[in-house]
Amino acid sequence: MSAKITPIIELLQKQFSDIDFAPAPLLEMKDKSAEQWCVHVQPSKLFAVMSFLRSDERCSFEQLSDLAGVDYLNFPKAKDRYGIVYSLLSLSKEHRLWVKVFVNDPNPEVPSVVSIWYGATWMEREVWDMFGVRFSDHPDLRRILTWESFEAHPLRKDYPLTGRGEREDFKVITRDSA
Amino acid sequence: MGLTPVGSMPYQESKEEFLTTKLSHLIDLTRKIGVNWSRKNSLWPMPFATACCGIELMATGASRYDIARFGAEVMRFTPRQCDLMICAGRVAIKTMPVLQRIYMQMAEPKWVISMGACASTGGVFDTYAVVQGVDQFLPVDVYVPGCPPRPETLLEGVMAIQRIVENEGLIHSKERERGMGLVVQPTVQVKVEKGAGK
Repeated sequence: MSAKITPIIELLQKQFSDIDFAPAPLLEMKDKSAEQWCVHVQPSKLFAVMSFLRSDERCSFEQLSDLAGVDYLNFPKAKDRYGIVYSLLSLSKEHRLWVKVFVNDPNPEVPSVVSIWYGATWMEREVWDMFGVRFSDHPDLRRILTWESFEAHPLRKDYPLTGRGEREDFKVITRDSA
Repeated sequence: MGLTPVGSMPYQESKEEFLTTKLSHLIDLTRKIGVNWSRKNSLWPMPFATACCGIELMATGASRYDIARFGAEVMRFTPRQCDLMICAGRVAIKTMPVLQRIYMQMAEPKWVISMGACASTGGVFDTYAVVQGVDQFLPVDVYVPGCPPRPETLLEGVMAIQRIVENEGLIHSKERERGMGLVVQPTVQVKVEKGAGK
């Protein structure tokens, strides 16, 4: 880990002194000013940290440019099962930050950030659909990509690629019934 | 081709009914030949194009390959006006109710072309979300192979439909052959290593 951390992370550490952010650059680069940083947050503290990042005028991350889920099953040196990655962008201050949250089975759940960035609605629905990570206080947590009667979460690593027979479970139209 | 009447008509050899029976035969024959000839040369396709096969379908409709030579250039985007569904591209299971509804909205007589590897078998998309061949859920008349099929291949498929129309056009689609209804069950099991990632 390089010694220098960004002003944003210094600010975070000052504001939330009880959280170990474990800041690290996504990629070590020769030009230290070009490095992009990632911090780790516990699910219980996530909403407070995110609210701070959005509302504090020195951070002012107006945009949640991406929200993705990761399944770390069978991943080398991974301690937790699921990771949620938030990719933040400040258009006015021209900086970026990545925030990672880890959750585990059973009942993986993180607080929803829809009340901070409304654009998170569909992204959180997608993560719920694909990984089965619940977002508490989400206004409309339905499946978004798979169909309604689908029960599994297909991007989990222990889900077989060809499914568990869901694709055959459907009404057949014959020439008689049409 | 198509000159022999399909099925057996009640045929009386008595002299009184000779003329009328012959007449009804003649009318039936004319209608069959005439109607089938009209139908096969004016197929109106319903383009259910979901993927790259749809681009090839458009090329078939454009001037170089010109599906209008076979009278099938009138692509209608409402199923009520169509009698030939061209299912081009992979069909996700979430799309299957749409496809089935469109098929059921088409008026009789109707025919279905399953265009390309994905519509016929699922193709390379052997995943949980893709239908492994629309013939599992719909009655298909002609399968056009290819990934995607060249326009010539699709024209060959349209000509195959024309032969079907010519031979059995007056038969209600209930009496025609049914789809194969093959079902493939998943066989892959994922191994979970002990103690990894909890």
